[in-house]
Amino acid sequence: MKIIQIDKSQWASGLNQAAAAYRLLGPLKEKEFHSFKPLVNGALPDFSCLNTRLSPKALVYPQSEVMFDYSLDESIEDHHQLREAAKDYSPRAVIGIRPCDAKAFVLVRLNFDTPDYQDPYWLRAYESTTFIGLGCEAPCSACFCTSAGCGPYHEEGLDVLLADAGDHYLAKVITDKGAAFMEAAGWKAAAAKEAEATLAGLRQAAEARITSFVPTDNLRSLPNNDLYNATFWEDVSFSCINCGTCTYSCPTCWCFDIQDETRGRSGVRMKNWDSCMYPLFTLHGTGHNPRGTKLQRVRQRFMHKLKYFVDKYDRGIQCVGCGRCVRLCPVNIDIRRVAMMMNGFAASGEACAIES
Amino acid sequence: MRNPYLPYPVRIDDVTVETEDKNLKTFKFTFLDPEDEKRFAYKAGQFAELSVTGKGEIPIGIASSPTEKGFVMFTVNKVGLVSSFLHAMKPGDVMGIRGPMGNWYPWEKMEGKNVVIIGGGFAFTTLRSSIVYMLNPENRKKFKDIHVIYGARSPGMLLYREELAAWERRDDIHMHITVDAANDPSWKYNVGFVPAVTEKKAPPAGNDTYAIVCGPPIMIKFTQPVLDKLGYPHDKIIMSLENRMKCGIGMCGRCNIGKEFVCKDGPVFTLEQLNQTPREY
Repeated sequence: MKIIQIDKSQWASGLNQAAAAYRLLGPLKEKEFHSFKPLVNGALPDFSCLNTRLSPKALVYPQSEVMFDYSLDESIEDHHQLREAAKDYSPRAVIGIRPCDAKAFVLVRLNFDTPDYQDPYWLRAYESTTFIGLGCEAPCSACFCTSAGCGPYHEEGLDVLLADAGDHYLAKVITDKGAAFMEAAGWKAAAAKEAEATLAGLRQAAEARITSFVPTDNLRSLPNNDLYNATFWEDVSFSCINCGTCTYSCPTCWCFDIQDETRGRSGVRMKNWDSCMYPLFTLHGTGHNPRGTKLQRVRQRFMHKLKYFVDKYDRGIQCVGCGRCVRLCPVNIDIRRVAMMMNGFAASGEACAIES
Repeated sequence: MRNPYLPYPVRIDDVTVETEDKNLKTFKFTFLDPEDEKRFAYKAGQFAELSVTGKGEIPIGIASSPTEKGFVMFTVNKVGLVSSFLHAMKPGDVMGIRGPMGNWYPWEKMEGKNVVIIGGGFAFTTLRSSIVYMLNPENRKKFKDIHVIYGARSPGMLLYREELAAWERRDDIHMHITVDAANDPSWKYNVGFVPAVTEKKAPPAGNDTYAIVCGPPIMIKFTQPVLDKLGYPHDKIIMSLENRMKCGIGMCGRCNIGKEFVCKDGPVFTLEQLNQTPREY
């Protein structure tokens, strides 16, 4: 599709114009950290941050989301019956999402949009959103997107990809949704012929700056139960404190809980993010817990991302290489190291896990 | 897009105390909208989420049979927040049911075969559904010999006692009821644990015989070697699993054993399948 040139002088006015048709969201700094927030009163997305501390998954999949409300008051006709909560799925656009986070939605969709069941909350929120991505010029040391099926200018999951070209942005329009947004913003100046080459150059330069990798080529062929029973899990999980930071900050973690919250005689049924790091996640009513130990829970997280997901969907690993879990883990557990151990696993050669 | 999280509204029609410890009650529900009963078309072996408004949901095996019309039935053990509250509810109360969920016992494959049902404790619910389904005059001819080995701690802890007695009197089903111990001198059935009774009473293994095993982990643990000893091939041993669940539709992420979800890819697996997955149940 075509490439449009947006002079930076037209940036604010274009966004302002688009705001008539879209609810705009973008990275804004709050205290020390950036996060995706509504861009109201002409606020502009702050592109100075490498990436937001938490992934933007909450935009589509809020940490707590009301699904239904109900009344327990028996004088009301539909008492004890769940009613769909009011939702706003009017068009919105996320400005400046990084390619890794946009790709993450594509992976998460595999879970929420299946032939048998569709999660209406996730899907409606996702489909009402236009993703205007921003290519990464200067990735950080924990980024490993290029070996995680992604990249600093990766286009999957984006409707428009922006590249910063000095006094202007080059906007590669990827989907019809993206084209509609560009029109709403009034940006239509076709970029010069060299734009494609410029874009390719920026992409190559950015990819070359990513020097950290995960090996994944053997994961699919390794026998599931052998990996599961590998002795290195003791080593991997030893320092884990089961805080759940990795799962909450991960753009591809999708597990959730369902809870009713009642006040007085009315209440709501809601979905809340949950984490495989917590014992309660799998605790049976009888007290039995199939993943009752820390080792079992840490193993579940990595096996899910690097083996079960790989086997189930044949779409690579359940990770986009954003590096958040690597940067934020308080005890320095590193998915790149775990991937290396798993990918290089040989059942017979595993005499001493400590050496690896 | 049908919202898979939205339960069908139901009314409690009847509540029966099943066991002497009063910890198991059977709830009969009718759908507020009769059309929902058709939408809830299920097969023996499936489960549903019982939704107690204001408390939450619990995944429970469907105890009624698809051949029984006009109601659905669940037997619930009093364990946690939702089940305890449910136990205090009365006929007439309104709540919800979401489902049916999961797969079912492989009825198509079992046609023309012998079926031996091995159950223990209060895991007998979907097995009751299965027995009622197979004994239905339309269906009985589809199966060869039917054996049922069912054990509980004591006579008073057996579920569906009147039905058990009725099945005992039939000649088209071989019942082997057992209790761990009985201090009732009039107890005329077996005494002993399920694995031991299985070893004595289970029909010989063969390509024509399926075993459906459903019970507490300890029973399964000791029954499996018995079936091995009797020569049951692992693809003929059918097991129904339980795990903590929330969504019931393979999305919330907690009930997996490897890449399979107990809620959506199960709860029914062959032992052959389970041998390929981590035993996280």
